[in-house]
Amino acid sequence: MQIYLPIAEVSVNAFLLLGLGGMVGILSGMFGVGGGFLMTPLLFFIGIPPAVAVATEANQIVASSFSGVLAHFRRRTVDFRMGTVLLIGGLIGAGLGVVVFNYLKSLGQVDLLVTLCYVVFLGVIGSLMFIESLRALRKAKKGGAAPAKRRQRGWVHAMPFKMRFRTSGLYISVIPPVLVGLCVGVLSAIMGVGGGFIMVPAMIYLLGMPTKVVVGTSLFQIIFVTAFTTMLHATTNYTVDVVLAVLLLVGGVIGAQIGTVIGARMPAEQLRVLLAALVLVVCGKLALDLLLEPSELYSLGASGGH
Amino acid sequence: MVRSLIAALCLFCLPAVAAEEQVVLGLSQDRVAITATFDGSEILIFGAIKREAPIPEGPPLEVIVTVAGPSEPLTVRRKERKLGIWVNTDSVEVDLAPSFYAVATSGPFKDILTNTEDLRYRVSIERAIRSVGAAMHIEAAQDFADAVIRIRESESLYSIRENTVAVDEQTLFRTSIDMPADLTEGDYAARIFLTRGGNVVSQYETTIDVRKVGLERFLYNMSREQPVWYGLMSLVIAIAAGWGASTAFRLLREK
Repeated sequence: MQIYLPIAEVSVNAFLLLGLGGMVGILSGMFGVGGGFLMTPLLFFIGIPPAVAVATEANQIVASSFSGVLAHFRRRTVDFRMGTVLLIGGLIGAGLGVVVFNYLKSLGQVDLLVTLCYVVFLGVIGSLMFIESLRALRKAKKGGAAPAKRRQRGWVHAMPFKMRFRTSGLYISVIPPVLVGLCVGVLSAIMGVGGGFIMVPAMIYLLGMPTKVVVGTSLFQIIFVTAFTTMLHATTNYTVDVVLAVLLLVGGVIGAQIGTVIGARMPAEQLRVLLAALVLVVCGKLALDLLLEPSELYSLGASGGH
Repeated sequence: MVRSLIAALCLFCLPAVAAEEQVVLGLSQDRVAITATFDGSEILIFGAIKREAPIPEGPPLEVIVTVAGPSEPLTVRRKERKLGIWVNTDSVEVDLAPSFYAVATSGPFKDILTNTEDLRYRVSIERAIRSVGAAMHIEAAQDFADAVIRIRESESLYSIRENTVAVDEQTLFRTSIDMPADLTEGDYAARIFLTRGGNVVSQYETTIDVRKVGLERFLYNMSREQPVWYGLMSLVIAIAAGWGASTAFRLLREK
């Protein structure tokens, strides 16, 4: 069934959108990532104008994250205090990110820089996670329950403004989480994603939060940052397509529920290996697009951005 | 003396007689409504040629029909390999390019319209794109214009279909123009040219109104006129759907 999208001004198959939403929703529920880093390129691929894809994706992530966070909330795996601290950084970051995005747009190289951002971040994070979780898996196989490592008392603990995060079992300075939130906010505004795929590893490896709490907390933060981004896009670029968003989220919310159940049943280590592999696959695809000669060297864009 | 006067009068009258061939046009629809389930449209364009005098001698009458969407400026970028990756380097501004352009003719285009006439009336796809102000420092600016045509033809936004206008007895003609699903709003100009021996003898122009209607219209207007409320509405719908599905799923599992 073809459906005409009022803002994107293209006609697409409604079932294709539902299917895409569902597929990405399952991943979103399993890994606690918004799925934007997969969905945004997929939307480009089916012919949605990039500006509309990025803005609408932000709206859709709000929905899939909301249903995901409810499930986590019920299992008490959301650290609201940590989430709020991350959120403060995230909102500032998103504001900065939009400024940077508009500057790059005026240079006419925004596509390249967005793709490069994806390749670099997905590549680095994917490889780190993959190596780390493989090592953890091997250890778990060898010596049964590995002795719980004492958390390092490094630079994270030497900073002022310490705060107790009971749900995470942490007593650390608020500066690292605010900075993590800020970086994720900037990147999410530039790359048109929720930023979970960067925040989840940052929370695990940088802040030392328990994996169980990480997913729910990142979803909690993502909801507010993407809602903020949606409003920015809706009021400045008029590129939020609510029909597209509804179709994606109908598939997405159902997928997210299924994903959360699967995620809860799978061991955390295996979950991490899978997420790492997925991140690396997307990275590889984008890198190939940059390296191989495109079949069409020319591209059309609306005038004005130079 | 009288004879030469008559001859001169006849000569004077000839072009006027030629212009006496006028188009009487019919359209299957003069407005295209873009609804939520819009997936393209086919417009029948038909008409007759009205004459005061008998059909003139000489080459037969040919008909060219064009439909053009609203024009807009474009930036065309070309990729080049730099440091191993493909990046946009050169760009050319195309002053005006129609968002949609279809040409239907009653014969081979080159035979029924001369180059000069094409230049004057901007009939062919190449001429419909205006890139006069293209940057001169980039060689082969024509490559960029060709790219616009190539890309839009592959999206079936631009098309030229020869021998698709049926002409009966040099008086009746009909054709159909396919409009794809990915239409933009605006006034679409439909032009009909009558040619003889490659020269345009008559021209007729009308507009086809392409508009969003119903829900599409409402959402589009709201997003432009009340962006804050539109944004909030999008968020509320999203969150409601998220919460609703989550609750439904939980109830389903508890049973």
